[in-house]
Amino acid sequence: MDLISLNDWSDDDLIALLDLASAMKAVIRRPIKKVPTLRGKAVANVFFEASTRTRNSFELAGKYLGADVINFQGSGSSIEKGETLWDTVRTLQAMRLDAVVVRHGASGVPQVMAEHLEVPVINAGDGTHHHPTQGLLDVMTVRERFGHVEGLTVAIVGDVLHSRVARSDIEGFVRLGAKIRLVGPPSLMPSGLESQHVAVYADLKDGLAGVDVIQVLRIQKERQQSGQIPSLREYHDRWGLTQAALHWAQPKVLVLHPGPQNRGVEIDSQVMEDPVHSAILDQVENGVAVRMAVLYRLIGGEGVSA
Amino acid sequence: MSQDATDWIRLEGVRVIDPFRGQDQEGDVLVGDGTFQEPTLSPRSRVRTMSGRGLWLVPRLTDMHVHFRAPGQEWKEDFQSGSMAAAHGGFSVVATMANTDPVVDSVSLIQWQKAEAQALGLVEVVPIGAVTKGLGGEELAELWTMEQGGAGGFSDDGRPVASSALMRAALSYSSTMRHPIIQHAEDLELSHLGVMHEGDVSGRLGLTGIPLEAESAMVWRDVQLAALTNGRLHIAHISSLGALEALAWAKSRGLKVTAEVAPHHLFFTDARVDSPAYDTATKVNPPLRPDNVRQALLAALKTGLIDAVASDHAPHHADEKDRPYAQAAFGISGLETSLAAMITIGLGEAEMTPLALFERMTRAPHRILGMDYGGVVAGARADFALIDPKARWRVEPAGWYSKGKNSPWMGTELTGRVISTMYGGHWTLQEGEVVRCVQL
Repeated sequence: MDLISLNDWSDDDLIALLDLASAMKAVIRRPIKKVPTLRGKAVANVFFEASTRTRNSFELAGKYLGADVINFQGSGSSIEKGETLWDTVRTLQAMRLDAVVVRHGASGVPQVMAEHLEVPVINAGDGTHHHPTQGLLDVMTVRERFGHVEGLTVAIVGDVLHSRVARSDIEGFVRLGAKIRLVGPPSLMPSGLESQHVAVYADLKDGLAGVDVIQVLRIQKERQQSGQIPSLREYHDRWGLTQAALHWAQPKVLVLHPGPQNRGVEIDSQVMEDPVHSAILDQVENGVAVRMAVLYRLIGGEGVSA
Repeated sequence: MSQDATDWIRLEGVRVIDPFRGQDQEGDVLVGDGTFQEPTLSPRSRVRTMSGRGLWLVPRLTDMHVHFRAPGQEWKEDFQSGSMAAAHGGFSVVATMANTDPVVDSVSLIQWQKAEAQALGLVEVVPIGAVTKGLGGEELAELWTMEQGGAGGFSDDGRPVASSALMRAALSYSSTMRHPIIQHAEDLELSHLGVMHEGDVSGRLGLTGIPLEAESAMVWRDVQLAALTNGRLHIAHISSLGALEALAWAKSRGLKVTAEVAPHHLFFTDARVDSPAYDTATKVNPPLRPDNVRQALLAALKTGLIDAVASDHAPHHADEKDRPYAQAAFGISGLETSLAAMITIGLGEAEMTPLALFERMTRAPHRILGMDYGGVVAGARADFALIDPKARWRVEPAGWYSKGKNSPWMGTELTGRVISTMYGGHWTLQEGEVVRCVQL
């Protein structure tokens, strides 16, 4: 079993995993976090693209469960010496690893790797395709606050076109019964994501009206250079999440951001630090818990309740 | 099979589908001294008689868009493997594109390519010369000199002639020649970084899309320039609705504008990229399109709005495809599936007549490339394919003659199989096996 996108897993599996992640969160809040559950197991973090947060999160998740974790950087390594990606994969296989966590800048790489590898492959983000553990941690954070996901409306604001987070969030939230609104400039909206559960809005006020959750996506400076938005200032004026904009949502609205944030561009500092609405640091903590649950589920055995 | 080179061959009871004469009827065909002969003639030489019952004879199948990769990229294909693939596919004429290394932008390379093919004697190669020097898009290549040396057309294929001014110059210049400017129409800024059709599937897979308009915007520009210059424009691998409208507009004006379509654009849709997911065999430029476009292309082929079928045979080494989708090479190795794919879909789904379908693969490319051929008539060079129209077979690229095994048809069952191919009165393919080392 692999985790490439959340649609690989059944509804029951997803809910069981979220419950397991809550139990894992209790583990990491103990003074002595390390448990021997995955002792003797080896996990490779194979990152072909720069990442701090996700890589650290997976590394800690493995270590808290007692696994040995190695970090394999795609740059400055054998890849740059001309080794092909699939040769690297075969090398990893020969090292008798128990799971491979992979991030790659090209969409589809984890899926094809999973076809080559016998051990579980966990997608830690591929191009503009999926980032399933981010989707899980976002769902977990919302479920924790509201006690449920069903019936909620989640607005995802920003550069959906280039966002793997958005695609995984859509899968996760829709699967658990939420409605999704995609809000942002039309030049940054892909086709193919709209459905009976997913609506598209260009106007921020319309898109945020009455929503329960706002997931703010990072806007990259390259979008200005490539002509997709006129300027970061104008982007902020039209789609930036400010205290004022929060009032369009329902009063207890929860604000998420997958990080890293551009303060003052897609999200204002006051919103980020708002103790009532912002769940940004909860997301980070839940990220470790979710990744522990995923590792446990994939290499620690099935049907275990912690 | 022992065969004396001087033996004549009589095919009895074969269905001759001859678009050059517009005829489709059963009869006998006599071949001797490299040409078709009057079937009633009593030859002096020994005659080998073969039954053609249940088979179709189609004269001079022509693929006007192939990449043989030589000079310079022989790990992908060369004249021997490409010629063998052509014979295996039933073709007796192919036009080879100029985007080699070095680029075929001079008469000496045109002549070298023709000589390579002649030495092999498996297929007639009509080299296409580059429109611009080195495919640089800045200065015209010596089009007339290349034409004198045997070039059958001019194309920067793989890239468009992007500059409007240079395209105008090329079309204007071509109005004095017999051979067309073949345009790979692609607005490189609109298609920038794109790896598949822009639509629902690319949105879902997170792959950068190429919009239909990257093609149609340039085709509209080009037909306007064809009107301005009275030049000869041929649109390669047409794949968009807007380009079909531009083509219809040009034809309604009586402009010298023609178009070809590739079998893969008629057979597959962009959904194939997701099934199995990220299969790099589906990566091709222009990309596989949604079903409404596919159906419109097929309908336009049937009505004749699209003139010809050409495979855009683009062989690659496995290492160039065995990469993440975004980094894999564009192209499909098509010579050995083109005919069967067209029989399967053209006669099947599109319900074309065999005569109409084969017209798009024989007479139409001759017309476009300014070549003359009489068909199955006494004195015409004996070039033809013998086809079993009912044979069903599974595509297994591992057994192909082309070095390029990159095919989205792998594992697909197709109808219609080439049994034998004759070129210049010699068998180049017999019982499905290429006959090597034929000397004309």
